[in-house]
Amino acid sequence: MSQHPNISLPSPTITPVSQPFWEGIQAGHLSLQQCDRCEQWVFYPREHCPHCFHDSLTWKKASGRGRLKTWSVIHRAGHPAWQEHTPYVVGVVVLEEGPSLLTHVLVDETDLTYNMKVEMEISEIGPHPLPFFKKQEETI
Amino acid sequence: MASQIQGAITGIGELKPVRYSEGKTTLSLIAESVRLAIQDAGISKEDIDGLLVGPQVGETPQHVPATVSEYLGIDPTMSNTVDLGGATGPGMIWRAAAAIQAGMCETVVCVLANKNEKGETLRSPNRNPIREFDVPFGASGANTSYALLKRQHMEEHGSTQEDFARIAYWARKNAQLNPDAIFYNKPVEVEGILASPMIADPLHLLEIVMPVAGGAAVVVTSAEKAAEGKHKPVYLKGAGEKITHRAVSQAPSIDALPFNYSIPRALEQARTNVEDIDLFSLYDCYTSVVATTLESAGLCKPGEFGEFVKNHSFGHDGDYPLNTHGGQLGFGQADLAGGMSHVVEAVHQLRGEAGNRQIPNAKKALVTGNGATLSETTALVLGGEQ
Repeated sequence: MSQHPNISLPSPTITPVSQPFWEGIQAGHLSLQQCDRCEQWVFYPREHCPHCFHDSLTWKKASGRGRLKTWSVIHRAGHPAWQEHTPYVVGVVVLEEGPSLLTHVLVDETDLTYNMKVEMEISEIGPHPLPFFKKQEETI
Repeated sequence: MASQIQGAITGIGELKPVRYSEGKTTLSLIAESVRLAIQDAGISKEDIDGLLVGPQVGETPQHVPATVSEYLGIDPTMSNTVDLGGATGPGMIWRAAAAIQAGMCETVVCVLANKNEKGETLRSPNRNPIREFDVPFGASGANTSYALLKRQHMEEHGSTQEDFARIAYWARKNAQLNPDAIFYNKPVEVEGILASPMIADPLHLLEIVMPVAGGAAVVVTSAEKAAEGKHKPVYLKGAGEKITHRAVSQAPSIDALPFNYSIPRALEQARTNVEDIDLFSLYDCYTSVVATTLESAGLCKPGEFGEFVKNHSFGHDGDYPLNTHGGQLGFGQADLAGGMSHVVEAVHQLRGEAGNRQIPNAKKALVTGNGATLSETTALVLGGEQ
């Protein structure tokens, strides 16, 4: 995959509520909110828990690990700036903490398997660092 | 359980889809669709006291009902924008009937239309949180989302590319009996679908609807008033709706999609069951949507649509007539109006005016609509008898 920066790739449209998430990414880690009442983890960032509707959530450092729920190899990009990077892989990762997120998957097309273990890798393909995911490295 | 709904369709108007429109506005296509629908109903625009319209990306973001009313020269006592993506059309029919029952109005026109100028791409300016958490990762647009859902089905259940291709095959085959369809005179075999370019693996080009310009309008009125109409009324017998998420990353598992609720609810309210349905007019923006809809409808077990599709036939003369107008995969998708094409075809069939694609003795139709990423789902049971 080409790593040269391309200013026309779309950056995230950060809001005051999501700001801590992106600050975490800048610092190299994945942070998620956890509900202060029901203790469930929440993504994407909110001011209210979608499980129990409590209005107090706390940002915490997350594992950055999860499993690949599904993926697609993109040949015709939906955004014109992504076309020159095709084919590339996007997928949905179910994080160890519970929530799912959509991400860019840094795994070779032929190595993709259902439920494979993945971990976050910060990538800077565009103007803004993003939480991409790669195959989890074997650990003891 | 809710009571039987008192609403009937008395008029339909549909524009023949064209790949690109020229010199049209969405408003003019809306008006043309309405003109055809009220002509079909045998009423004048002064008889319309209810208006349901869809959102118009890039043209009229707000005050859509007032803008459309003004253009048409009507002054409704009930109007609203219905914003359910591909489920908007069927969702309008239920809302129209509910508004009539509530005494808000008596005759509602539900209209959706879309221009499609060559070289023009209308984009929504901001769609957080999808714009923030999907788009920067290279995941823009519906193709990606539906590819992700299809891949999940394949991995979870072992469904094959051939299984999905058969759905597109039947849509294109049925379109050969509909001169209005964008793929009329353009049949394709399963092999041709599998050989078409991969757009977002595992989705091939020919598993994806063709964007077109077009429009559709439907007149809904009270059962009493419908009895005075020009045509045999088509009654709304039951309806169900469910939204579970917006972004594909937040979707429930592939076996727990919202049609699992909305279709049984519609069948139950209509006091019927899926084996008594004569026409399956199922929303088909992608092959994968039909696959999971067949499963949610209970025509086969979760994960087993492939066997079902292999073992049955889906033409007007088949054992499970499905999208006899060609579906959107064969007819074309004029944005939100594509969803209404499934309602329009059901009316043709239940009136017995479907010509060379008429299902013999068609009495009941199941119509579905699906929006966003199998998020917004609506199901209707329409019947030719009250």
